[in-house]
Amino acid sequence: MKPFEKINSIITPLDKVNVDTDQIIPKQFLKLVQKSGFGKFLFYNWRFDENENKKPNFILNDSKYENSNILVSGDNFGCGSSREHAVWALQDYGFSVIIAPSFADIFFSNCFKNGILPISLEQKIIETLYVENDSVIVDLENQIIVTSSEEIPFTIDTHKKKILLEGLDDIAQTFQLEDKITEFEKHSTVPSVL
Amino acid sequence: MGDTLFEKVWKSHVVVEKESGPSLIYIDRHLVHEVTSPQAFDGLRMSNRKVRRPDLTIATMDHNVPTNDRSLPILDQTSAVQIQTLEKNCKDFGITLFDINSPDQGIVHVIGPQLGITLPGSTIVCGDSHTSTHGAFGALALGIGTSDVEHVLASQTMWLEKPKPFEIRLEGKIKNPHAVTAKDIILSIIKNIGTGGGTGTVIEYRGQGISDLSMEQRMTICNMSIEAGARAGMIAPDEKTFDYLRGKKYTPKNYESLIDVWRDTLKTDSDAKFEKEFILNINDIAPQVSWGTNPGMTCDVTDSVPTPDDFSNGDENQKKGIQKALDYMDLKSGTPIEEIKIDRVFIGSCTNARLEDLIEASKVIKGQKISPNVKAMVVPGSQMIKRQAEEMGLDKIFTDANFEWRESGCSMCLGMNPDILSPGERCASTSNRNFEGRQGTDGRTHLVSPIMAAAAAIKGHFVDVRKMDLN
Repeated sequence: MKPFEKINSIITPLDKVNVDTDQIIPKQFLKLVQKSGFGKFLFYNWRFDENENKKPNFILNDSKYENSNILVSGDNFGCGSSREHAVWALQDYGFSVIIAPSFADIFFSNCFKNGILPISLEQKIIETLYVENDSVIVDLENQIIVTSSEEIPFTIDTHKKKILLEGLDDIAQTFQLEDKITEFEKHSTVPSVL
Repeated sequence: MGDTLFEKVWKSHVVVEKESGPSLIYIDRHLVHEVTSPQAFDGLRMSNRKVRRPDLTIATMDHNVPTNDRSLPILDQTSAVQIQTLEKNCKDFGITLFDINSPDQGIVHVIGPQLGITLPGSTIVCGDSHTSTHGAFGALALGIGTSDVEHVLASQTMWLEKPKPFEIRLEGKIKNPHAVTAKDIILSIIKNIGTGGGTGTVIEYRGQGISDLSMEQRMTICNMSIEAGARAGMIAPDEKTFDYLRGKKYTPKNYESLIDVWRDTLKTDSDAKFEKEFILNINDIAPQVSWGTNPGMTCDVTDSVPTPDDFSNGDENQKKGIQKALDYMDLKSGTPIEEIKIDRVFIGSCTNARLEDLIEASKVIKGQKISPNVKAMVVPGSQMIKRQAEEMGLDKIFTDANFEWRESGCSMCLGMNPDILSPGERCASTSNRNFEGRQGTDGRTHLVSPIMAAAAAIKGHFVDVRKMDLN
C-alpha cells in the first residue's frame, strides 16, 4: 500500500444519506477476479442511463469535479454489503478521502486497508463543506482540513493513522506476532471442522 | 461487574490486546465464497503465503450460481470464471469446497449451521455482511471485506476494535405465530432503531420473545442485524440450540462435553451492563412491508404509504430522501399497502429460505394458484433443504400453484446470477435489502416474510395474512 500523502483537491459534494455499497458498486460488477479497474463502474446506476449515456444531473458527471480526490456525503455512508469492491471503485476513480457524519463499520474498516482516509465530522461542518468551492487541503499528519476560510480538526485512531501514513502491510505486521497466535492455538478448545 | 455474552466470547478469543486501538482476535471458522475471495487468494500468491488453517476454512459457491438445471453450462462467462477461480484456489490451498454439484452446496449462511460447522461461543467470519446469521447460535459472527479475508486466510486472526454491547429485548408473545414471524420482528426493530441504529455495536437479542422462537427464526433475526448497522447479532444458546446442532455432518465428536461447558458459560451475567438498550413488545406486532429503499423504511401491512412529512420533523434533507425513495418505488403517499400490486415474488435468501420458511409459505399456497399477473419463484437455501422439502412434497405444492422451484443459491436476493427483476418490476421478496437496483436495475423490492410473500403471490397484491385462513 502506498503511504498516504497530503491531499489538495476540490470537494465533490454528494448530498445523500445512507449511500449503500450496492449504489457505490452495483452487483453486476462484482464478478471480476482482480482488484483494479472498478473506477469506471463507480455509482454506475446513478452515473449512466440504460444506454450507458451519462446522466447530466449526477454530480460526478459535472466536469468541474473530474479531478477531485475528496468525496463529502451524508450519514451512514457505505452501509449494506461488505463488498470491498466499493472501496476499490472509489479509490480507482480517484477518491482518497471520504468525509461524512458517520460510516458503516465494515466499509470504514475496508477503507484503511486500501489507503483511503474516512473522516467523520459533525453534520453542520459537512453542510459548509458541501458549498466549499475552492480546493481544500487534507493533512493527515496534523489531522486538519484546511479550507479557504478555516482549519477543521479531525480525530483518527493512532494505529489507523500510522497504517495510512506508512502504508503498512497488515499481514506482515501480524506475522511478527506469530508466536502469540501459535500459543493461542495450543489452548483453543474449538475443534477443527473436519 | 459481570460480562455480556459478547464480551465473554470476545475475551476468550483475544490473542493480542493493546492499550488502545484494535485487538488481534482468533477466528475459529472461516467461510469462503466465490465473490469476495479471488483477490484475497491472489494476494496470498503474490506474497508467497499459505493458508494457515485450511482445517478451519470451508468454501462454497452461492452468490452467482445459476438456479436452473445444474447439468447445463454456466452461460455468463464472468460468473463461470469466478466459479472456476474458487475451485482452483481451494485446490491450490487445500480448502474443503462444496461446489456446484455437491449435495452440501447452498448459501454459505444456510449450510454453516445445517452442517454443524457453526458452533456456540466460536468466532466466525466470512466475506459477506450476512455472516451475522450465525450469531443465532451464540457465536460472534462477523462480515468482513476482502483484505480481512486475506488476513484471516494467512494468519487465522483479524484486527478488530471492540464493539459495544447493545441489548434488544423482546417482551410479550406473538398472538398469531402462523401469520406473524421473526421477519416481522426484525423489520419492526430496524424500523424503530434505524439502519444506523446498531453501528459500532454487537446486538444481543434477549427476552421471552427470543426464547420462544425456533432456531430458524432466530437466524432470520440475527441475519438482519447488519441492516440495523450492527457489527454482529447474538443470541445466547439454549437447549433448542444444542438440539439443532446435534448429529449434523460436522458436529464435533466431543459435542456433549462441549455443551456442558457452553451451558454454564455462554450467557450474559445478571450484573453485566449493556451500553445501549431497546425494548420491543411483540404482543400486537403486525406483518411488516417495506415501502422504501432501505430496510428501515418499513410499515405495518395495515398502514398506508407514508408522506415525507410523517418522519422528518421538518428536516428538509430527510424529506427529500423520503420523497426520492417514494419516487424510485413509484408509490403515492396515502395508498393503502394492501392495494399495492406486485409483478414478482421471490421466496429465498439467507434470511428466509430454510425449511421452516418453505413449510409456512406452502401452507398459504396449498391448493391455490398464484395470480395470473405474477411470476413467482422459490429458491431453497441449500441442496439439503431442497431435498428435505421435496421429501415432504412441498415442491409439488409450489409448482401446482405455478411457482418455479429452483436449485439453491443467493439468486434474486442480489441478482448476480440470471435471476433479476426487469426495470420497473415490483417484487414481494423474503430477502434482506430493498436498496435501489438491488434485485435488478430499476427493480422495486418490498421486504416481507415468506407467509406474506406467498399470500401476495396468490392475491397479486399485499394482504394482511392475519385475516387469511391459515392453519
